[in-house]
Amino acid sequence: MSDLGRALEMASATHTGMVRAHNEDSIGSDPSIGLAVLADGMGGYNAGEVASGIAVALISKETRETLAHVHPYELDRGTGKPMAVRILGNIIARANSSIFQAANSQPQYAGMGTTLVVALLADNHINIAHVGDSRLYRLRGDELAQLTRDHSLLQEQIDSGMITKEMARRSQNKNLVTRAVGIEPEVEADINTFEAREGDTYLLCSDGLCDMVEDEDILLTLTSLSANLPLAANQLVQMANDNGGRDNISVILIRVRKPFPAARGLLSRLKTWFGKNGD
Amino acid sequence: MAKLILSLDGMVLREYPLSKERTTIGRKSHNDIVIDNLAVSGEHAMIMTILNDSFLEDLGSTNGTLVNGQPVKKHFLQNNDVVELGKYKLKYVTEAVAQPAGADFEKTMVLRAPPGGGAAARPEAAQAKAMETSQPMPKNFGDTVVNPEMMQSQTKSGGTLREAARQAMAAGAAEAPAAAAPAAAAPAAGAPPATGVVEAPAPAPAAAPAPAAATVTQPGPAVAGGALGTIQILSGPSAGKELPLSKPLTTLGKPGVQVAVIAKRPQGYFITHVEGTSFPVVNGKQLDAQAHALGDHDVIELAGVKMEFFLKPAG
Repeated sequence: MSDLGRALEMASATHTGMVRAHNEDSIGSDPSIGLAVLADGMGGYNAGEVASGIAVALISKETRETLAHVHPYELDRGTGKPMAVRILGNIIARANSSIFQAANSQPQYAGMGTTLVVALLADNHINIAHVGDSRLYRLRGDELAQLTRDHSLLQEQIDSGMITKEMARRSQNKNLVTRAVGIEPEVEADINTFEAREGDTYLLCSDGLCDMVEDEDILLTLTSLSANLPLAANQLVQMANDNGGRDNISVILIRVRKPFPAARGLLSRLKTWFGKNGD
Repeated sequence: MAKLILSLDGMVLREYPLSKERTTIGRKSHNDIVIDNLAVSGEHAMIMTILNDSFLEDLGSTNGTLVNGQPVKKHFLQNNDVVELGKYKLKYVTEAVAQPAGADFEKTMVLRAPPGGGAAARPEAAQAKAMETSQPMPKNFGDTVVNPEMMQSQTKSGGTLREAARQAMAAGAAEAPAAAAPAAAAPAAGAPPATGVVEAPAPAPAAAPAPAAATVTQPGPAVAGGALGTIQILSGPSAGKELPLSKPLTTLGKPGVQVAVIAKRPQGYFITHVEGTSFPVVNGKQLDAQAHALGDHDVIELAGVKMEFFLKPAG
């Protein structure tokens, strides 16, 4: 397992916002394995924090363990997709079971769940998994693109042409997600793989950011402050709070400083030679 | 639940709760809201209500439908919109304000499939709010073609709406005083919401949101007056040039050498170091990594260039 820490820079910030009493968001990132996890919990008392906390802790730990013996860039012979897709699917399924079981065995956790967005970078690619309305954006050059599609009532209404994106900003139905981790015995995450390029900046965020800050201002922040990632992360949180901060706000920024091709050199080939079959 | 208040010449005639997915308005008696006036068409308009949102559609009426004085075909109704049909007015009023704690209203909730999947809907989930909003989902919206996938997912999600259990109620009572105060204070009149919460590059994770207690250390210049912060270059080849700080962020300096950013915030303008080994100097004093509130006529030195920050009166 090679260290991606020199190719990838990550910065994050999380804040309760101006209105809520608790921060139910949880975040975790580890540039050395190319992993970033962000979860926005929901549920009674502090159960939201518990659900998002379980998701982030479990996904971070299990990804680290899995990457010790599986190469995320190798192709999964079953599907033809990178192993990262299967790794993420399996780990999210486990996080879902853990939260679902906790919610069903302890009354104070009844009904808790969490949204989730996970980025796993390997071999010049970014693998993205998400459930619910936490998002991942990519800044490439001057273009900000949303790479995830919310699992929310509002997104379904936008997709069907019933309302426009502009109308959506004023909708009262913003808070209704159609999928969440830990609510049902099983959950389906959307998992996609995109090419990652040197200079790309990725933004993972909870709805507390994108509901409060226009895409245009997110773009302005990421482009103006590209030289100082921690400042950019804090600036985004500050903007959401300046606009009212009605929800918890969390952001993780990932900057691709250098290409990060998989180590398919002589050494790793030798390793696979003696170990299991590689590609 | 939202409602419509029917009035004629300022006299309130009746109130209609928008309890149905589809509420029709017209002259003929089969409409949900009957307005017996010749200026109103037989089937004049209808309102589609989906959970907390309502959409108005004119059904090709002879005299048209106005919202806040503007003719509309389709309109996404907002609180206090006034719909006019002939001389009659229908005011659209949402009851979101009636929520005990505004803060809890927007809590994320899951729209989930009807019970059946094991330990599905719990009794406590079926609380008042959830019941109220779990109406059947619309199959279409007027003439809008709804794609099959949409139909499917809507039907699927048309069952119980599970609020994150008891929190809304319990916390609604418990948290209301704490949460409501900052909520009301922050956006009102551009009052500064807690400076110093996130200005520092070092984040204050999970700091309690207590704008009331926050010390507004350096109240920035009064942006409320409408004055626009402006930078005037004092030295170097661009001396005399003015740079209006109209965007939320303006970067200054030379990339790769020294860059600072000026953020325009509700409580004023703040300068922060972005990159480079040396930090900006304001009025002869070198800054650290923290954001610094700018005052009128502050002199900034950055990447060897002197510049002055001043507030330009609006006009």
